Amino acid sequence: MLSIKNLNVGIAEKQILRDFNLEIKPGEIHAIMGPNGTGKSTLASTLAGKEDYEVLSGEVSFNGKNLLEMSADERAREGVFLAFQYPVEIPGVSTTNFMKAAVNAKRKHNGLEPMDAKDFLKLMKEKLALVEMNKEFTSRSINEGFSGGEKKRNEIFQMAMLEPTLCLLDETDSGLDIDALRIVANGVNQLKNKDRSFLIITHYQRLLNYIVPDYVHVMYGGKIVKSGGKELALKLEEQGYDWIKEENSELV
Amino acid sequence: MAENDKIIDEVVANDYKYGFTTNIEQEFAAVGLSEDTVRFISAKKNEPEWMLEWRLKAYKAWLKMEQPKWQNVHFPNIDFQSIIYYAAQKKKKVINSLDDVDPEIRATYDKLGIPIQEQKLLAGVAVDYVMDSESVITTFRESLKEKGIIFCSISEAIREQPELVKQYLGSVVPQRDNYYAALNSAVFSDGSFVFIPKGVRCPMELSTYFRINAENTGQFERTLIIAEEGSYVSYLEGCTAPMRDENQLHAAVVELVTLDNAEIKYSTVQNWYPGDKEGKGGIYNFVTKRGMCKGKNSKISWTQVETGSAITWKYPSCILKGDNSIGEFYSVAVTNNYQQADTGTKMIHIGKNTKSRIVSKGISAGKSQNSYRGQVQVHKTADNAYNSSQCDSLLIGDKCGAHTFPYLEIKNMTGKVEHEATTSKIGEDLLFYCNQRGLTNEEAVSMIINGYCKEVFKQLPMEFMVEAQKLLSISLEGSVG
Ligand SMILES: Nc1ncnc2c1ncn2[C@@H]1O[C@H](COP(=O)(O)OP(=O)(O)OP(=O)(O)O)[C@@H](O)[C@H]1O
Ligand SMILES: [Mg+2]
Repeated sequence: MLSIKNLNVGIAEKQILRDFNLEIKPGEIHAIMGPNGTGKSTLASTLAGKEDYEVLSGEVSFNGKNLLEMSADERAREGVFLAFQYPVEIPGVSTTNFMKAAVNAKRKHNGLEPMDAKDFLKLMKEKLALVEMNKEFTSRSINEGFSGGEKKRNEIFQMAMLEPTLCLLDETDSGLDIDALRIVANGVNQLKNKDRSFLIITHYQRLLNYIVPDYVHVMYGGKIVKSGGKELALKLEEQGYDWIKEENSELV
Repeated sequence: MAENDKIIDEVVANDYKYGFTTNIEQEFAAVGLSEDTVRFISAKKNEPEWMLEWRLKAYKAWLKMEQPKWQNVHFPNIDFQSIIYYAAQKKKKVINSLDDVDPEIRATYDKLGIPIQEQKLLAGVAVDYVMDSESVITTFRESLKEKGIIFCSISEAIREQPELVKQYLGSVVPQRDNYYAALNSAVFSDGSFVFIPKGVRCPMELSTYFRINAENTGQFERTLIIAEEGSYVSYLEGCTAPMRDENQLHAAVVELVTLDNAEIKYSTVQNWYPGDKEGKGGIYNFVTKRGMCKGKNSKISWTQVETGSAITWKYPSCILKGDNSIGEFYSVAVTNNYQQADTGTKMIHIGKNTKSRIVSKGISAGKSQNSYRGQVQVHKTADNAYNSSQCDSLLIGDKCGAHTFPYLEIKNMTGKVEHEATTSKIGEDLLFYCNQRGLTNEEAVSMIINGYCKEVFKQLPMEFMVEAQKLLSISLEGSVG
């Protein structure tokens, strides 16, 4: 469903992703780990279509379509979702209104009528329960005055609302307390199905105790330098990145 | 005089170009402003002597005044001697069907969802125009008349309601109030007059009528609304459809008066031609709007949505003279490209327990400049006055500017004044976040704007609210991305 081939991406004259390759099949969960500044968020933002990132070369196909040709909003409507590392605040727009606009934009894209108010409220209620979020949050301006953890949970709520096929989670676990971590992981697990794939960026093996990945990749110097199963994450937790850095000293 | 002839020639030639065969009688005042011009206008309108004198007094005051320069706007000097102050019949170019209307304007009408019939009126399509509007007006007037409401042009009121006009005209905005008000007082062309008698609630928004008749009110419009004891009226001025006009300078005066327990709600949607994307052309809109809560427990509420004009300066104000009277100001002012707006309000507390509320939402995009200027005066007599001001600025992109100038003058400390101001920005990160949820830049901006302006929009009459929302999105089209 997602196929990234020899992707090179730069920002502000600086190359970040180097010959990056990754295949994700429907229903798979991939975790990406790696030291700070190695390009994990760059990968997620590039896939989501942030314009600052310049694709120098390479190919990305998503469900058979050329992802790189689509604008960010088109990609979203096609089913790409990014849970942001740093969600932004939108003054004056409630989560409810925001989601109404987003859900209907996607429905329009799929040739459907806007959702009627009753169905929408029902959907909201159901998805709020999934992330154990209080209804009160949905009438507040998005992310305004939300705590760090609340913002992250709100991202997962939005993900649940939009039912994407490719979910990119950029450090959604950072800043979550233990209960919230369990709740977010729970939400992800419930959303998991045979057609929906996940790319989860994290620094902590802890999350992977709750969400069991099919693959764990280690990123360094703008590319994947090691791939394995869940046990790779455990090894990183124990030994840190020194051995990775040594093995790949030529990359930096 | 040669100049004058040339202009007449041009106009006649234009009319000819659009297929006029009959000679339409045109009468113009000489170019420029003199005492003769004022006399000419007054005579043309068959005004009584007292009205002429009133105008002349204004003219003499104007001569001694200077163009104000304190606003945060920039424009070349206006040559007041190059303006024609009176044209008896300013013919719009006559069009035979909507197909002949500039496609860009039509597209805007469609986006605004204006009904076809109304589109025709706005675009000046000749078919049925006169008959249509006249029959509407007649039925409309009849039902108002039954309740004793007077709603007519100010010229008509001067002739037929001289006592009311004498009593109230200039009672809120005196002739010498400011440079443009003085000019308006001397040469005003026409405008509306509304009188709501004691205890009457005007059964309809005075809007549809006005919209149809918004044509040709001219560049110096004069409006006077009087609400007697215990009466109520909601008045709507302007139009969401883009208004083009050959006159660059517009200087209107609006006066409102409420007696005991009366209420006037005055809503404006202003969408004059703002000039092209480079800032050329466009209308200068210099307006004086003021309401006087003369009676106790009375209320005046201004709501404005300003999207047009190259330069706007206006400060709809309330003089809270009656005890317990209330003044409100709700404003959305949008500037894009090279537009400049300096707008705000003045709340003058004189009576006891007077209350005022200010909600101002400025939106700047492109290279525009948007200033809010608000003044709250609490006079010695105003025990327990209360004011709350909320001034928000929203910036779209990083080449525009927003400025806030609050002035407070408090001479009585028994009351309370609260001021809150915020500035937010629609930047790239915010747009990307919205894009990532499937919204285009335009959808994102319109969603954010509607959230941001909600408090003001909900003051507008229902059908206008919807149009105003669409209008904002259109005004900001292309401001991002
Ligand atoms: N706008 C920018 N201008 C210049 N450099 C940038 C810009 N954005 C990102 N970078 C650089 O790109 C590199 C990769 O950043 P990225 O955010 O992808 O790292 P990351 O792997 O997500 O790190 P972390 O684990 O800290 O989140 C960093 O060195 C960062 O400083
Ligand atoms: Mg990151």
